[in-house]
Amino acid sequence: MNIYGIMAIYKFEMARTKRTLVQSIVAPVITTSLYFIVFGAAIGSRIDQVSGISYGAFIVPGLIMLNLLTHSISNASFGIYFPKFVGTVYEMLSAPVSTLEVVLGYVGAAASKAVILGIIILITANFFIDLQIAHPVMMMVFILLTAISFSLFGFILGIWADNFEKLSIVPMLLVTPLVFLGGSFYSTDMLPQPWQTISHFNPVLYLVSGLRWSFYEISEVSVMLSLASILIFMFACLGVVYYLFKTGYKLRS
Amino acid sequence: MNSDEKPILRIKGLNKFYSGGFQALKDINLDINKGEIVALLGPNGAGKTTLISVVCGIVNPSSGTVTVDGNDIIKDFRKTRSIIGLVPQELTTDSFETVFSTLAFSRGLFGKPPSPTYIEKVLRSLSLWDKKDDMIMTLSGGMKRRVLIAKALSHEPTVLFLDEPTAGVDVNLRKDMWEIVRELKAEGVTIILTTHYIEEAEEIADRVGVINNGEIILMEDKDKLMAKLGKKQLILDLCDQLSAVPQSMADYKLELSDNGMQLVYTFTAQGDRTGITALMDDLKLAGIAFRDLNTTQSSLEEIFVNLVEESS
Ligand SMILES: Nc1ncnc2c1ncn2[C@@H]1O[C@H](COP(=O)(O)OP(=O)(O)OP(=O)(O)O)[C@@H](O)[C@H]1O
Ligand SMILES: [Mg+2]
Repeated sequence: MNIYGIMAIYKFEMARTKRTLVQSIVAPVITTSLYFIVFGAAIGSRIDQVSGISYGAFIVPGLIMLNLLTHSISNASFGIYFPKFVGTVYEMLSAPVSTLEVVLGYVGAAASKAVILGIIILITANFFIDLQIAHPVMMMVFILLTAISFSLFGFILGIWADNFEKLSIVPMLLVTPLVFLGGSFYSTDMLPQPWQTISHFNPVLYLVSGLRWSFYEISEVSVMLSLASILIFMFACLGVVYYLFKTGYKLRS
Repeated sequence: MNSDEKPILRIKGLNKFYSGGFQALKDINLDINKGEIVALLGPNGAGKTTLISVVCGIVNPSSGTVTVDGNDIIKDFRKTRSIIGLVPQELTTDSFETVFSTLAFSRGLFGKPPSPTYIEKVLRSLSLWDKKDDMIMTLSGGMKRRVLIAKALSHEPTVLFLDEPTAGVDVNLRKDMWEIVRELKAEGVTIILTTHYIEEAEEIADRVGVINNGEIILMEDKDKLMAKLGKKQLILDLCDQLSAVPQSMADYKLELSDNGMQLVYTFTAQGDRTGITALMDDLKLAGIAFRDLNTTQSSLEEIFVNLVEESS
């Protein structure tokens, strides 16, 4: 195992964030605050309660999920796309690092950043509402698994993409809609049929539901189902990543 | 060549087809010994970069085997890649990293524990020490090239590939570079470089290879090559115009210049007997006097151009 190699990639990726520290911390704090002002205070004051809890509290897990997903994907996809784009990827390809080590470096860094972001949002949320976390360990499990899985997904996206448009189209056209339609900001039982049923085909619903359960013990699907679906997604991504490197797909000609 | 020593790099039956079906390398067979400096020459698109890229692990071979220090580049990629350093042809560097951190990154990537003292040594040898905290994007092109060389040396490789290291480089850096190459050779590092400047190959290489259309059309000790293929010419400036080479001297295959004032005698430099003495005697007999004479030797460049023309 090339530990120094993994550390080099990890540190490189984390340093990229350090250079844009303001953007990486201030931006999510501001957007989270906006969500609480608009949805929590303004609109939430007229909704009063969803599934027995205040609307402001209800959207916290959804908000964390939204940020985890988008940032995991963008961090990991940019991380690997950029060296390809500028040509510096030659060094990684000629280095004694295995697939696993490259993935650990890039995905580890992207996931770390996403988890830090999740915690920042949690702290910000605490200023607006009185947060209660019923199962903190399970919360961390969900946050970690989501960050890792979607960083893997982002990594695949970054390898697949051969231009900037492809890189941004998937988060925009796929991930954002799925998050918004996955019950991040409402309970799907507020929807009329057939949308309720259709919603259950949305994988993000299972993530949001699981994370929300760890906070308030309310969920739309069973927690085990949530856990299983995120694990299945994670292993599917791992399989794809393994295949990509095995064949040198789009990296080695 | 020292036959009882195992070659550090052995390439056997290597073929490379790119995805479009284009064959960039055709049945390459090549042995390179430890501590050699080998220069690869060849026109644009000959396959030099492709060959290097296969050995370094950037391009997948289509068939054939490559071993570095006895290890297969695919099965034992960790062993082979950790002893190889590569300076790529293209100037590709990160922009926002500092010079020092990019070297630390390279060293780590290649599995070596951090060593600020070693990195300092490399940076000093390339006159980069005072730039160590500068962002790479603020450096000039030649400085970036130095950074790439420094990166390639950061993990103390024993086999170094330099893909056109002197493209766009000024005289000073070129001198520095050859100085470093000689030092590395003295430390036992094997160096394989590609270049379009034949004087460079002539100056620095122990062996010279010529690639054309994906084939190695020549691989020879530089000195032997120069001797074997190097033609010498004796040029005689005549006192009196000559209308034709006298019949009595037909054996020498002399060429007469258009104005009839010069005779050119071509001979190979390697033979013991060049025939010059006999030629002089015969000239005297024929009553041909000359004012001046000089000899020229064909350079590697001419050899190279002739070879490539023959093979295509
Ligand atoms: N990724 C690729 N896909 C398809 N063809 C390629 C690829 N890379 C190189 N080639 C082709 O392979 C041939 C050899 O290219 P290579 O870069 O090895 O040449 P070279 O000898 O290094 O040339 P130069 O002196 O210009 O650097 C060229 O015809 C080139 O167009
Ligand atoms: Mg080239």
